[in-house]
Amino acid sequence: MTVETVADQAAPPATLSSAPRRVTVPLTQAVSIIWYRDVIRFWRDRVRLVMSLAQPVLYLAIFGVGLSSSLGRAGSIGRGLPSSFSYIQFLYPGVLGMAVLFTAIFSAMSVVWDREFGFLREILVAPISRSAVAIGKALGGATQAAVQGVVMLVFAPFVGVHLTVVSVIEVIPLLFVLAFSLTCLGVAISARIKTMQGFQVVMNFLMMPMFFLSGALFPLSGLPGWMTALTRFDPVAYGIAPVRSAILGGSGVPQAAVDRLTSVTIGSYVVPIMVDVGILLVFSALTLSVAMRSFRHRD
Amino acid sequence: MPAVAVDESPLPAAAEDPSVVIAVTALVKRYGSVEAVGGIDLAVRRGEIFGFLGPNGAGKSTTISVLCTLLKPTSGTASVAGVDVSRDPDGVRARIGLVFQDPSLDVQLTARENLLFHAMVYGVPRQQRRDRISAALATVDLSDRAGALVSTFSGGMKRRLEIARGILHAPEVLFLDEPTQGLDPQTRANVWEHLGRIRATTGLTIFMTTHYMEEAEFCDRIAIIDHGTIVAQGTPDELKAQVGGDIVVVSTADDARAAGEIEAKLGVSPVQDGDTLRVEVQDGAQFVPLLVTALSVPVRTVTVRRPSLDDVFLKLTGRAIRDAEAEGRTSMMRAFAARGRR
Repeated sequence: MTVETVADQAAPPATLSSAPRRVTVPLTQAVSIIWYRDVIRFWRDRVRLVMSLAQPVLYLAIFGVGLSSSLGRAGSIGRGLPSSFSYIQFLYPGVLGMAVLFTAIFSAMSVVWDREFGFLREILVAPISRSAVAIGKALGGATQAAVQGVVMLVFAPFVGVHLTVVSVIEVIPLLFVLAFSLTCLGVAISARIKTMQGFQVVMNFLMMPMFFLSGALFPLSGLPGWMTALTRFDPVAYGIAPVRSAILGGSGVPQAAVDRLTSVTIGSYVVPIMVDVGILLVFSALTLSVAMRSFRHRD
Repeated sequence: MPAVAVDESPLPAAAEDPSVVIAVTALVKRYGSVEAVGGIDLAVRRGEIFGFLGPNGAGKSTTISVLCTLLKPTSGTASVAGVDVSRDPDGVRARIGLVFQDPSLDVQLTARENLLFHAMVYGVPRQQRRDRISAALATVDLSDRAGALVSTFSGGMKRRLEIARGILHAPEVLFLDEPTQGLDPQTRANVWEHLGRIRATTGLTIFMTTHYMEEAEFCDRIAIIDHGTIVAQGTPDELKAQVGGDIVVVSTADDARAAGEIEAKLGVSPVQDGDTLRVEVQDGAQFVPLLVTALSVPVRTVTVRRPSLDDVFLKLTGRAIRDAEAEGRTSMMRAFAARGRR
């Protein structure tokens, strides 16, 4: 019963005993399998995908509708808006950002999870570069977070937001950039944290302030000085501003009003969309390099 | 502690010997002030199953971690498949397979996906991946479960899958750290059967640690480690030959008095082992009548048996392995406290 079992297969027993080679695994191959694994797991866990829509939907359906009703029509949010414009339409792009933020951070937790269940050892002892681990994890999480944000687009008609083909094409890459930058941050943190509890504590300290200061819930203009300063250090703000601008611009809100409502200003400088994206990419590069270093220094 | 050199052949010339695939010289690993491994020498030959035995906390896992480049040695040298573990850890890792003590599968993936992941990160060429994965699954009798999620697997199946993964990239040495830990006896035997089969079909060198003395019987050669030092190295038979001919175990109403009488009247010194006394004698069958006449205290049971590796451990260290286990746990705690969580 020894040799036969193997010999019966298409492959001869020698398949497993041929001389080992000097292994050089290309970075892209290592990154893609780490990414692919995360995507398989995400796809298989569709219950989680649906369940994690619950929180953004609650924000829209209860917080959004409630506040829209009490604020009344357009005038209370900003000047120059059409009379049909209400708070919920302002909130909607913010909730997309929120879905991306929460999923990005949550998916970065998989590094801690992998450590807990031992699979991280399998990854870390492999003859691949530690940078590949950080990049693969960041891309895997970013994919999940971006998909979550894109799925939220189906709720647009229910809140009176009119999406156009152009605005959708603009929004998807913007969501991905936001997702990537936040996952890089999450991975940089989770690479150093050893317990689930620790990760949750750190994340609650970081995630909720990032959410509240991002401009998801209220415009970032006319705030007290200290708060204005804080919001300008929130990477999520630079993700939500262009998403909101694309969505509201596409749904027929006058451009001047859109700019007033969405743009992040630094002093008198109005940050253009491409600079928003640039800021997010620089932020990604910084946090990703921290993540790479964390993985390299483990053990 | 008596340090008995059984096998005189290995080292220090081992490093140049082409038949030696793992060569360790004066290896020391300290965690702060705790010395987990205190200067050991080892030589493992190509194609053999080498067992590294000792109680928990004796330094087995530390040694295997150094050999697998997961830990850096404090001093001394070690080479695996001709590659120095300190100078080229990546080179070592590409040439070895690893089965960890703790599970390290992704249970939300299928068996095949786990192997595919491994094949990709170990650089198995694209055109060989499918065949290798199928062959590895067949070797551990998991072909029919290839597409099943690992979360549906039993403990033994997971272990076998980890072994399949360990050999997937055609390593020169397969390291297994306590591969049968936590498995029931039947599953343990099954794991051994598969390891034996892999060795027979591939000629792979297998290096494994265990604290089950009876499992060492499956090994070609073994080294016994205690308190970070190797106390014996050789084939199981060579080691057992160190213990006299037979082991006689006697249980009496008053062991202390019986021990005195045995020593005085029969000229052999018994060892207390739990609530029994054990004596090593040349011929157990002849010794029993003498023993029974010599004792004035009531005798409950007398057993005669061939020496086991447990007896070797007892002889070399002066204590049974289960006692060493209990004591090892304390020293392991200290080691863990010293290095923090891995």
